[in-house]
Amino acid sequence: MADPMDGSRIAGILPVEAHGLVFEAGGRRLIDGIDLAIRHGPLTVIVGPNGAGKSLMLRLLHGLIVPTAGQVLWAGRPADAAVRRRQAMVFQRPVLLRRSASANVRHALKARGIRGAESRARAAEALDLAGLAHLADAPARVMSGGEQQRLAVARAMALRPDILFLDEPTASLDPASTLAVEALIGRAYIAGTKIVLVTHDLGQARRLADEVIFLVGGRVEERCAADRFFAQPDSERAWAFVEGRIVL
Amino acid sequence: MQDFAAAFGIAFRLIAHGDPDLAEIVVLSLQVTLTAVFLACLIGLPLGAALAVLRFPGRPAAVVAVNALMGLPPVVIGLLIYLALSNAGPFGVLGLLYTPTAMIVAQTVMVAPIVAALARQTIEELHREYDEQLRSLGLQPMAMIATLLWDARFALLTAALAGFGRAIAEVGAVIIVGGNIDHVTRVMTTAIALETSKGDLGLALALGFILFSIAVTVNACVMALRGTARASAYG
Repeated sequence: MADPMDGSRIAGILPVEAHGLVFEAGGRRLIDGIDLAIRHGPLTVIVGPNGAGKSLMLRLLHGLIVPTAGQVLWAGRPADAAVRRRQAMVFQRPVLLRRSASANVRHALKARGIRGAESRARAAEALDLAGLAHLADAPARVMSGGEQQRLAVARAMALRPDILFLDEPTASLDPASTLAVEALIGRAYIAGTKIVLVTHDLGQARRLADEVIFLVGGRVEERCAADRFFAQPDSERAWAFVEGRIVL
Repeated sequence: MQDFAAAFGIAFRLIAHGDPDLAEIVVLSLQVTLTAVFLACLIGLPLGAALAVLRFPGRPAAVVAVNALMGLPPVVIGLLIYLALSNAGPFGVLGLLYTPTAMIVAQTVMVAPIVAALARQTIEELHREYDEQLRSLGLQPMAMIATLLWDARFALLTAALAGFGRAIAEVGAVIIVGGNIDHVTRVMTTAIALETSKGDLGLALALGFILFSIAVTVNACVMALRGTARASAYG
């Protein structure tokens, strides 16, 4: 089993760095000059109140949206097709194709050039890992919310990405489904995949995070090891957030 | 002029006995229209999907043009195809005027914008839903279009059906470019028009029943297919 702190597998794409990242929409600055570097190893959790820019930050890093200013560099270079192929993302609301569970996974694999026997084997393995092997031929869109999100995570894991972005993957799930998704994330992490997870669920952040990035108003308010963030954060707003008070 | 009761009687006899002339007209109609709809789908579906997915200068104008072409009167299409295929026209050398091929061309030109416009609407909606996921997977636009077309396949049947309905019921364009020549280019609509004008209501009514039955059958089949697809969350 891979050591998650061993960065050899993901050498060449990390660290991912944001330099002066700005994103504006509708005349509002939603990401306000963020500078940060995400390295291999620790499971990184981005937390913050609603509207802090967590999901936007993830999309900017993943390259789904283009920053108004600043840039994202992967190992010092702008992302190219090869770098993008080594990433995967799971969205808050799983986007599943109008196909079977297995076909959803195989479609993603085909997008990465993996076909035939290897595709079938990887899809079966991913579905098995997610506890969905018995639903392989079921239409993905009639599965329960928890099953759909597990499928979305399994689909991402089947790609064997070097870095996996997860945008509030358990936001609308019940506790049992949340734990099942978290177990999958844990497996990916142990397998050596760099995890960057956005959540507003402090309990989840406590359970999973090695390090925490705390965003407020489109800025990084605080970044530190998870133990320290939850025990003794530096900023007043981080204190308030950890204690469950209103953060504006 | 036959009285109505006699006309209905003749119509039912023609259908019941499988009158060869009637059958020939029906078969030719289906051949022409199904071929035209198939070709229109080959053109219209990728075109509609491309308009839904790709962003390029002039796209809004292209969308307006396709929507406008959808409402082009069949006789105008017939006239344009006639001019193109007539001896003095750019494709006159092909000698296609007054042939079933000319009718297929006319119906294809008529149906392709319908299929394209309806496909664009359907695909655009699906694209909004899939966009981030497909871009996250690194799909190039052509692969994205293929994915969207496949996943919207049941919804797109409606576009093909709309095109079929327009083409099978159309008379203006096919009569101009086909000429309504007996045993050559006579299809159901042109035959109905001719036989009615001659007062031979029996054949006209028989063709009318068949045309109506085809429309109902095709609609029922597509609705059943879409219902099944929706029930299994594939639609």
